[in-house]
Amino acid sequence: MSVFKDAGHLFRFAGLFVLAFLIFLVVRHFVVPKSFGEYGHYRGAAMGDIAAHPAKFAGHETCEGCHSDVADKKAKGKHAHVNCEACHGAQFQRLPAPAAKLNLYERFVALFVPPAPPDPPLLLHAEDPTSVKPVLPDTSVLCARCHTASAAKPKGFPQVVPADHSNGMPCDTCHQPHNPGMDAPPAETAAKAPGGAK
Amino acid sequence: MNLNRRQMLILLPAAAIAWKAVLAGTPEEASNYTMSDHWWGMLIDIPKCIGCGNCVRACQTENDVPDGNFRTWVERYHVSDWKMENPQDIMTNPLTDPEVISPDGGKEGFPVATDTSGRYFFVPKMCNHCADSPCTQVCPVGATFVAPDGVVLVDQKYCLGCAYCVQACPYGCRYIHPEKRVADKCTLCYHRITKGLTTACCEACPTGARQLVDLKNPKDPIHEFLKTHSVQVLKPQMATGAKVLYNDLDGSVR
Repeated sequence: MSVFKDAGHLFRFAGLFVLAFLIFLVVRHFVVPKSFGEYGHYRGAAMGDIAAHPAKFAGHETCEGCHSDVADKKAKGKHAHVNCEACHGAQFQRLPAPAAKLNLYERFVALFVPPAPPDPPLLLHAEDPTSVKPVLPDTSVLCARCHTASAAKPKGFPQVVPADHSNGMPCDTCHQPHNPGMDAPPAETAAKAPGGAK
Repeated sequence: MNLNRRQMLILLPAAAIAWKAVLAGTPEEASNYTMSDHWWGMLIDIPKCIGCGNCVRACQTENDVPDGNFRTWVERYHVSDWKMENPQDIMTNPLTDPEVISPDGGKEGFPVATDTSGRYFFVPKMCNHCADSPCTQVCPVGATFVAPDGVVLVDQKYCLGCAYCVQACPYGCRYIHPEKRVADKCTLCYHRITKGLTTACCEACPTGARQLVDLKNPKDPIHEFLKTHSVQVLKPQMATGAKVLYNDLDGSVR
């Protein structure tokens, strides 16, 4: 026992170390997220969080489920590789802007005046095909985005100077956007009144 | 209610099992996506790009990218005839030749080019989803990482917003989100590719200049494409293992 006769202070010190280590383990248990280290030095559940982001573009497969007639027509023309939403825009659910963070004063006010409930998600055509009608793109703007002549564009790509080419008329006066070749007459637009809903 | 020992012995384990089910909550939706089956990248076919900006707008819509920040953007290069003939000439100003423009990231397209001399081409840029990415190596807290399917992601709940990764990215593909104050970048539309959809930029590209590729899928057409085309990555000397593959990339692209 003589070895430990004057070692009491060392044991107390060692005890402190053990205690601190136990506290560290307990704190670590609560602070480190459960999935941390599942795949590497990061939170494994983060992938699920990121994958939960709502999609806005429905994808051309979704469109073609109902609009197979348009898909067939498009497949025969030069726009076969242009997906629906490239021109028509995103057609899936669009979520409202997230609620702004309230400061202390606004939180105090909210105790007495209940804030308005957040807007419901704005449904788009792919979510609610019967009641939501997508906005028809304006061909005089839409087509020019790709087909306006510029020395910078690849030489083989069909380009026109819109002012010279159509004299300001919308493109769908002559071209049918789903099959733009001139051998395919724009039947559906020709029947409509000039300068109509298009 | 009196319980004898026999009833108790049956009830207790049953209750334990029931309690475990309660704690587990609702069963997760069974997903048929296996991370280890994929190794995502993107093919950018430069001769096909017309600089319409559809991809930039689609990305902003899909991912709620704030104005002025870009997860993808398009640059227009104009290399003069002199520079093409004398690529090693150090007397030309590297800031003006090649001339590189990207007005608002190319979101609304590009001004009409009238100078027919030289060579023009568009270079869509985005996160290169590097296999050995410098940005993930510098993160002090493990908030950014290369997922097992090859996509470089940011865990925005864990990110401190120190912007170390923004400096580390050799391609300038990261930014600090002005409202969330955390690092933000292209996720390769992780929420779409894990559900079997393609990315928003590929979906919106009218010419097929962008294609999502799965390098681990033996049926992916990328393998045939790589055999028959001259495909490069940006800044290969940095050995980042970039997985955005550029077809017909000009040597002047920085």
